[in-house]
Amino acid sequence: MSLDKEKIKHVAKLARISVDEAKVDSLTKDLNSIFKFIEQLNELNTDKVEPLTSILNQSLRSRKDEISDGKIREKILKNSPKKK
Amino acid sequence: MSKEKFDYFINGEKGKYEVVIGLEVHAQVLSNSKLFSGSSTKFGADPNKQVSLIDSAFPGMLPVINEECVKQAVRTGLGLNAKINNYSVFDRKNYFYADLPQGYQISQYKNPIVGEGKVLLDMPYGSKEIGIERLHLEQDAGKSIHDMDPSSTYVDLNRSGIALMEIVSKPHLRSPDEVNAYIKKLRTIMRYLGTCDGNMQEGSLRADVNVSVRKVGDKNFGTRCEIKNVNSIKFMQMAIEYEANRQVELLEDGKEIDQETRLFDTKKNETRSMRSKEDAHDYRYFPDPDLLPLRLEQKLIDDLKKSLPELPDNKKERFIQEYGLNSYEANVLVSEKEISDYYEEVAKLSDKKLAATWIMGDLFAMLNDKGLNISNSPISAKNFAELVQSIKSGEISGRIAKEVFEIMVESGDNPKKIIESKGMKQQSDPKELEKMINEILSKNKDKVDQYKAGKEKLFGFFVGQVMKLSGGNANPQLTNEILKKLLKG
Amino acid sequence: MSNITNQSLSEILENIKSKKISSLELTQAYIKNIENAKKLNAFVTTTFDQALENAKKFDNKPNNEQLLSGVPLAVKDLFCTENIKTTAGSNILNNFVPSYESTVTKNLWNNGAFLLGKLNCDEFAMGSSNETSFFGNVINPIGDHLVPGGSSGGSSSALAADLTPATIGTDTGGSIRQPASFTGTVGLKPTYGLCSRWGIVAFASSLDQAGPMTKTVNDCSIMLEAMSGFDEKDSTSINKKKETYSKNLKDNIKGLKIGIPKEYRVDNMPKEIDELWEKGKKILKDLGAQLIDISLPHTKYALPTYYIVAPAEASSNLARYDGVRYGYRSQKGKDLIEMYENTRSEGFGDEVKRRILIGTYVLSSGYYDAYYLKAQKVRQLIKKDFDDSFTKIDAILTPSTPSSAFKIGEKTNDPVSMYLNDIFTVPVNLAGLPALSLPAGLDKQGYPLGLQLIGKALDEQKILNIGYAFEKNCGYKNEIKKWWS
Repeated sequence: MSLDKEKIKHVAKLARISVDEAKVDSLTKDLNSIFKFIEQLNELNTDKVEPLTSILNQSLRSRKDEISDGKIREKILKNSPKKK
Repeated sequence: MSKEKFDYFINGEKGKYEVVIGLEVHAQVLSNSKLFSGSSTKFGADPNKQVSLIDSAFPGMLPVINEECVKQAVRTGLGLNAKINNYSVFDRKNYFYADLPQGYQISQYKNPIVGEGKVLLDMPYGSKEIGIERLHLEQDAGKSIHDMDPSSTYVDLNRSGIALMEIVSKPHLRSPDEVNAYIKKLRTIMRYLGTCDGNMQEGSLRADVNVSVRKVGDKNFGTRCEIKNVNSIKFMQMAIEYEANRQVELLEDGKEIDQETRLFDTKKNETRSMRSKEDAHDYRYFPDPDLLPLRLEQKLIDDLKKSLPELPDNKKERFIQEYGLNSYEANVLVSEKEISDYYEEVAKLSDKKLAATWIMGDLFAMLNDKGLNISNSPISAKNFAELVQSIKSGEISGRIAKEVFEIMVESGDNPKKIIESKGMKQQSDPKELEKMINEILSKNKDKVDQYKAGKEKLFGFFVGQVMKLSGGNANPQLTNEILKKLLKG
Repeated sequence: MSNITNQSLSEILENIKSKKISSLELTQAYIKNIENAKKLNAFVTTTFDQALENAKKFDNKPNNEQLLSGVPLAVKDLFCTENIKTTAGSNILNNFVPSYESTVTKNLWNNGAFLLGKLNCDEFAMGSSNETSFFGNVINPIGDHLVPGGSSGGSSSALAADLTPATIGTDTGGSIRQPASFTGTVGLKPTYGLCSRWGIVAFASSLDQAGPMTKTVNDCSIMLEAMSGFDEKDSTSINKKKETYSKNLKDNIKGLKIGIPKEYRVDNMPKEIDELWEKGKKILKDLGAQLIDISLPHTKYALPTYYIVAPAEASSNLARYDGVRYGYRSQKGKDLIEMYENTRSEGFGDEVKRRILIGTYVLSSGYYDAYYLKAQKVRQLIKKDFDDSFTKIDAILTPSTPSSAFKIGEKTNDPVSMYLNDIFTVPVNLAGLPALSLPAGLDKQGYPLGLQLIGKALDEQKILNIGYAFEKNCGYKNEIKKWWS
């Protein structure tokens, strides 16, 4: 499948990245060559393969329900570009 | 009780329409700390005080799940008679918003922790089962504050990351009343379980409402609209009412209904389309690689099941069997766990049926009047039981009991003490009464003769005299009996 | 001591312990080297004052019981360091000062080391040449026209140029092993879950692993021992007993079975790499190991799989950089959406944006099954290839990279040719396995080349042992002329 400029603009919108009109052509070219490379996967029949959900074969570890964090408003806001 | 008939339909010129409703309820999980971080969940703190580096999505921060939130979801699932999934997966739901620091919400998409279940509603037309599609765990978002400054939006992340249970019903609801009953039932179940406080003012219970209409008898569903984030039952009912009528009007005009998300404007009492965002629904779900699949041991589920409290449906049955209540009384008394606890404590020490009558009558009226809950009732269950017993034993009359009740509310005193100190005890000793009545009759021989000659309305006069002499404490029934007997003789 | 900084970490530790050098002398020597090596552009931030303070503190009250007593270390600028600017090589974080310390760096400091500075890297670790950094490209000490590899290019360059006695990097698709190979140094990507990811700026969460980059295999085992360990703050951290890799390091590899996968012989691979591989096989065989031909049939599909999985995760991991709470914020834009779009467009470089777009696309409605889900299925097959092979063998020997260090600017206009650099390293990340890149020889231009040892999950000790034996018998010595000073 090939990606056209409209599709790329739509995806950029989803990703909240504004795309410079002057760069759309080269971006389209790059992305298409990458997707051509990626689409080698279509050679493989994976109908009967379970997708991998996690590389680790263990269950999710949980923590106790304790208040151990928060009250660090200053730290949270320290790097803020604009704050009240 | 005679059963009413279900009759919520909308009549159009082209036919009679049925309203189909499904709810996605967001219930805040009761826990000390957040779903994936150790910050507090307490309501009402100063902005951004209960925020960790995880909640505010600093680089390199990672989520670790709160075991209690998992257990709360399982408990709720069990309370909804639902299938608990031993394997569930946390996914990222990706979208940008100022109050969503990570740029994604951790939720469960393909593999929720709880599968299908059901909830029973008691409607005037009989009981109705509402199917539950699923329940999953997810993070709450923060709050954007738009009204502090016209040029900027401020963000309070205290709520960001608090655990929510999204409970999705099947489209089985058919009227605003059923929605009311459903939400209340869910809330009751969760309060019994202690998994959600159900406080709608504080936002711990909110819902997205899916509404569609179809002609009565149609098998297929109509196109539905989703009304987002309604936070009171009243508003849900108003929104459904408005939305269903809007849809019927469109259909009557031969127009189509757009599947869309709408907002309920509480001021104008109408729903309106949310600004259409062409990409709003591409959430790009995928399993969160910072987390592993959640595998629940069957033993944990079994243990939680064993430790579950008695739930309203079972309790109601038991109240009917054990205490001889009727279905209506049992329903009212199990509607809140605290009420049922209070009732049981009273019932254990007094007459079960009379206790129910007095709780649902005078006690509720008083609490309602004073804006109190049963848990902060000025009358303890033990004192209430004594009051009920005093009535049952005939120690005081119903009329006197109301007076004692008033004094108990004011003073919090024990009824025995009040009755004694105020001399309100009912005279129920037949010998004492007979003595008293003989005294009255001998003093009023002329009236006795008149009565015997046929002037029967003098009976009231004699009763009055007895009451006067006893200071109002004579047992009225007994007084009547003895008076009749002696006047005959 | 004439040339302290020339020594390996373990030699330096010995010298500190025996008080032949003080921590302060050592630190001053590195600072001098760093100041003379500005041309390499390996550092984004230096913390000299703090390092000198720490060195003095150590000398006043030396504690030689620790693994890294009194040693200054520079680390990749992807590790968050408390009160020290952490940029991830990006404009969007160029003013970001964390209030917290990553678990891995904290482990190093708890073992007696202290921070010397933060090392340049590809932006958000996305790159194979350190040319995507907002802070400019890094130069390979091997030659002034060569890239140092990436994404841990600042780390490999600084290590090879004696600007730090050892360092740490992160490896998502080869970002430790490829630059190690390009600079003639040792690099280890540990088993997924062995080193905590907490406090490391995330690229692709299911692939990212921090690991050591050192001059020798022994150094590598010391660093791994210091940095690894269970962390309850990382849900993907493996809860196991801490190992003493350096103490258990031994060079007897007799009887070990070494798998040689036929799929790692690719088209257009330079002859020298093939020859080097043969040399490696011979060394191991001479040491008593048994060579076994194996097949990893889905190797070819690893890179396409990687270029779906990694960008997908990255597109989501990088959504938090929106200019709201920290980092760069664009001054343009009339509403929130425009503020986001401009912030992210100005804050991210081209390669990062490209990968965010790829990732967003492969997850988007209508394409998820064809790309993301497909890739996760192929990933399963790749993992299974390794699982099957490891029932018969102890480790796998392959080349680390399909070429030696390439020229600056050579591949920047062709993303796919750049990506192909990671063809031998990526499968290991997809399968979560440990792999060690060892310097093994030079190509005909005199540029270093590396061989890779892949182990079973949590079998770091075994590949370190094989590497240790190999190193002793390989006869390779990294000799770099200090042309920059």
